[in-house]
Amino acid sequence: MSEGKVTESPRFTLRTIGLAAAGAALAALLITALLVNIFERKQEARNPFFRVVELSEEVENPAQWGKNFPFQYDSYLRTVDQVRTRFGGSEAVPRTPTDADPRSIVSQSRLEEDPRLRTMWAGYAFSHDFREERGHAYMFIDQLYTERQKVTDQPGTCVNCHASVVVAYRKLGDGDLEKGFDELNRLPYFEAAQHVNYPVACIDCHDPDTMQLRVTRPAFMEAIAKVKALEGVEDYDVNRDATRQEMRTYVCGQCHVEYYFRGEGKRLTYPWDEGLRVDEIYTYYEEEGFYDWEHAETGAKVLKAQHPEFEMFNQGTHARAGVACADCHMPYVRVGAHKVSDHQVRSPLLDIARACQTCHRVPEAELEARAHTLQSRTFEMRSRALDALVDLVAAIRSAKEEGESPERIAEAQSLQRRAQFYLDFVEAENSMGFHAPQEAVRILGESIDYSRKGLMALGSPRSAEVAKD
Amino acid sequence: MARHGTILAWGLALAILIGAAIGLGSYTFAYARGFSYLQDDPAACANCHVMNEQYEGWLRSSHREVAVCNDCHTPHQNLLAKYWVKAKNGFWHSYYFTTGTFHEPIAITEGNRKVTEEACRHCHAELVEVMDGGHRHAEPVSCIRCHGAVGHPTR
Repeated sequence: MSEGKVTESPRFTLRTIGLAAAGAALAALLITALLVNIFERKQEARNPFFRVVELSEEVENPAQWGKNFPFQYDSYLRTVDQVRTRFGGSEAVPRTPTDADPRSIVSQSRLEEDPRLRTMWAGYAFSHDFREERGHAYMFIDQLYTERQKVTDQPGTCVNCHASVVVAYRKLGDGDLEKGFDELNRLPYFEAAQHVNYPVACIDCHDPDTMQLRVTRPAFMEAIAKVKALEGVEDYDVNRDATRQEMRTYVCGQCHVEYYFRGEGKRLTYPWDEGLRVDEIYTYYEEEGFYDWEHAETGAKVLKAQHPEFEMFNQGTHARAGVACADCHMPYVRVGAHKVSDHQVRSPLLDIARACQTCHRVPEAELEARAHTLQSRTFEMRSRALDALVDLVAAIRSAKEEGESPERIAEAQSLQRRAQFYLDFVEAENSMGFHAPQEAVRILGESIDYSRKGLMALGSPRSAEVAKD
Repeated sequence: MARHGTILAWGLALAILIGAAIGLGSYTFAYARGFSYLQDDPAACANCHVMNEQYEGWLRSSHREVAVCNDCHTPHQNLLAKYWVKAKNGFWHSYYFTTGTFHEPIAITEGNRKVTEEACRHCHAELVEVMDGGHRHAEPVSCIRCHGAVGHPTR
């Protein structure tokens, strides 16, 4: 230690070596981390599929299917989420469970939001309880416990679209889907409900052997064949003739449609003999002489429209461009190297990037603003159409009280029936016009016109009086 | 002597570490098919699965026979510009793919959009020249604004 120069130099060297060693160690660490990451990414790309359980037409429980398809099942379970959009979605509303209805959470009441709906549906179960639709996970329990069940006796037909019914069809029909369908329709609701166990499940849309999409609801098979026949396609078998992209709409169209229960057998029927447009559907109901109920305030024999998403979507530009329901409502999600369609079916406005930007390379805020513009316009028109209808209902009621001639009353009632169905066709449709904006506003415009003609039918002085309110 | 021994021991340890880092680095480079990125084969761009869709799209595109990824996504003016863009994109693509923090669906950046626009104009110069005249104050015409799907249609 006596010679400073000799001692300094090795210290310096040692420090340099130490620093270099630390640097090399860090480099080695980072490279190893990268190597492991690359290894993991390569593993992702290997696309492993593990068949953990054998699936068949007997396996109803979606959790069993989920063992083979964990990513799809995971997102399917998320349909319990309750999220609002500006004009739809659902909001969790707490309630005190009772013995008759054990639900502790429901969604907001549409009747409280807009009491004019009670007037439109006066005398019908919907005027007692009508809430915003919740996700697929709730389809069965929400139907089981709605107040509507208490004020009227529903047929088993309702179960067709509020539960997984494929296995029930086969059991009730001794293996025959069609026969099981008829059996289920004939049962009273609560008896039919005994035969089902889950909300819509994997087996309702997928073939258990090939996983290919398939239509399982006989009502859709029959009705789509009629629509195709109008287009000149004879003997259409949806499961044989539809393309994969069409199936990505048809599986949804099995239930998201306008329907009615035909005849004594309460057979579930989609009114598409004349076509899919509201005018064509209305013509069909006129020819059938069908009505859902007699309006409590006016005595008109009226119709209830129910969620005609498939019909409305088919009038819009997205359908025209070959877009399918699943493209926007079940967009692809990257899970590792897998491309999985999101089975959390929901509003595209809750996932604009995946739902819209695949085609529309525009900022999310701009896309949302476009959708809201279309929906706000529809909402405004819907409100005006409701006002017009409420006026007509009031006018018919007072005209009856004042002893107006039966011919005039009948004429006004018939116009109420039409105005109401057109309005409800947009109101009940779950896109606030987005699926076909111009068509939705056209329908509402016609509805307002039918209400106006109804007032005219009662004589202009009275209509002038109503218009003053 | 003892001091010399210490230095030697540390030096040896350092040598081993540096050697290990170089070895690991080389192996990682080879394992990640690093050399493929210095070439023109489009398959290299789909080495990591994130570009599978674009690659599959290109395989059935109209440009498949005449252009590879690099023809449209790297500059044409000189080799330096080409490798600068390659290096820059290579780095950021690796960074985002490794960390997993990127926007989906994947969208082209403004700088890369310009590169592609220039690439269209490089090969289709004769056609574009005729179109570009236009009005003096008119916005310049963009090829890929309308023909965005020619390289790799997604449907």
